[in-house]
Amino acid sequence: MASYLLIDFGSTFTKLTAVDSSIGDVIGSASHFTTVDTDITEGYQNALNQLYHNIGHHISFDHTIACSSAAGGLKMAAIGLVQELTVEAAKRVCLGAGAKVDLVFSHHLTNAEVASITKQKIDIILLAGGADGGNTECVLYNARKLGEAEIGIPIVYAGNKSCQDDIADIFTHYGIDGYMCENVMPKVNVLNIKSARDQIREIFLKKIIVAKGIKKIESQIDQVVLPTPEAVLRASELLAKGYLHESGLGDIVLVDIGGATTDMYSMCNATNRSDVILHGLEEPFAKRTVEGDLGMRYSAPGIIKSLSREEIEFINQDKGVDIVEAVQYRYDHVSTIPEDDRDEFIDQLLAEMCAYQAMQRHVGRIEEVLTPMGKVYNQVGKDLSEVAYVIGTGGVIIKSKKAREILVKTTNVLHSYLELRPTNPEFLIDKLYILAAMGLLSQHDPALALQIMKKHLMTV
Amino acid sequence: MKSIVIGVIGADVHAVGNKIIDYTLQNAGYNVINIGVLSSQEDFINAAIETDAKMILVSSLYGHGEIDCRGMRDKCIEAGIGNIILYVGGNIVVGKQNFDEVRRRFIEMGFNRVYAPGTPIEKALKDIREDLGD
Repeated sequence: MASYLLIDFGSTFTKLTAVDSSIGDVIGSASHFTTVDTDITEGYQNALNQLYHNIGHHISFDHTIACSSAAGGLKMAAIGLVQELTVEAAKRVCLGAGAKVDLVFSHHLTNAEVASITKQKIDIILLAGGADGGNTECVLYNARKLGEAEIGIPIVYAGNKSCQDDIADIFTHYGIDGYMCENVMPKVNVLNIKSARDQIREIFLKKIIVAKGIKKIESQIDQVVLPTPEAVLRASELLAKGYLHESGLGDIVLVDIGGATTDMYSMCNATNRSDVILHGLEEPFAKRTVEGDLGMRYSAPGIIKSLSREEIEFINQDKGVDIVEAVQYRYDHVSTIPEDDRDEFIDQLLAEMCAYQAMQRHVGRIEEVLTPMGKVYNQVGKDLSEVAYVIGTGGVIIKSKKAREILVKTTNVLHSYLELRPTNPEFLIDKLYILAAMGLLSQHDPALALQIMKKHLMTV
Repeated sequence: MKSIVIGVIGADVHAVGNKIIDYTLQNAGYNVINIGVLSSQEDFINAAIETDAKMILVSSLYGHGEIDCRGMRDKCIEAGIGNIILYVGGNIVVGKQNFDEVRRRFIEMGFNRVYAPGTPIEKALKDIREDLGD
């Protein structure tokens, strides 16, 4: 039997969750503003005191583990050759590692692109290009280009295996902090996530959290082990698949609407149907997409940009609001908390639009092709139509009085059978905000993490 | 090992010939990238770029090959692989047309070799060896 203190150093809040395995449940939680700009330990200590207060007594925990998305999280640039192939593969690996992919480049890098890597304060670059045995010219050019620019950022090479040695020479020549991994796309349309993802996590833990002033917390806790989105990804995967005798929920979708991004996770195979032909890059079972232009505050203007003029007019007339002005206000005042019914109404509306749009970009599509052999189905992306549960997390969903309405927007509301959105799922919310913590706990005691999630995810 | 991209273009789901070509070329010592049925021009071209392929072998069995293949050489040029060798074969047009005329049209479109219905793969293999200098 063991007690765990699970910590999530978020961009805004440091969230603590205490678990006692002898009780098999969460025994308390607390949160405080993250204080990474001054000293991250301050906010942690305050949250910890609050936790002791909530529990009613002091506890010495057997394990204290943390995940972090503080100080901007993990910012990555994904570089590949062809947009639909190695660029997409590189992007998916970064997202699967819990990163925010701020920059995505294809083909030969330009000076302006290289300059933007420094300007955007990228933490790690993932450099891919070429299937194994395939194109080497472009990726070698890009490696040299990055070397010449002396960018001083760790580079993970996960491109064509055939030029690994040449890449290593380039890294040595320019003094680049470089790492060698398996190709993210060893064959056309085959996705290989693990090697590069593990390498990214290792660099994140060894270097990035040091640079961001998060590492010093390790004098007080055991370890920071994961970027927060990866902890959530692991929790979701466990929740879907189950562990030994403890069954999972089956295929699930998770939506996390935050101030700056909307994250969408799906845990399922690309399709369960035998009558479709799959096209494009292989889809991972555990897929995460992040929409950096869809969020409740910092990224609220992105919601407006995704709408046409007619749609804005329609919303304004239909809902009796001035959506453009409301969004601008939230962008200018990012710490706005809804004060009245009207504020809540607008936040609800924005959250519904985030959920709808983020799913639109995450989900796969099916196309009916009429051939002389009859009708066939051509599918690109993942088929989510059969998922059993759509789960919501993130402040706006958890606090909403109409959380179900937000989650419903991820489903096939327009009844288009060519869209592979969830059709008839059940809806759950992460009321206690424990998913990241359970992702951490799953590294030690998966069965317990799973039991706790199943117990506390609330039907809406 | 030289790489060759193969696949069936357009709204065409004929998979048998595609498998035979895959098998034959692999046995002949080529690295075959088979993108399968229902493939677009872009699918062929993207695969060829990533794998540094020397040749694209387009199959079309359902008679709409002429529409599906139009502009493919231009797209290759745009994509930076303008010199790639393009083959096409199968039942690439509808009806009983004079094949010399059909061949001329496909050559004008930028295909290097054009095969009439019923051509055995061995004949194409001989051409492949010649064109790739093996």
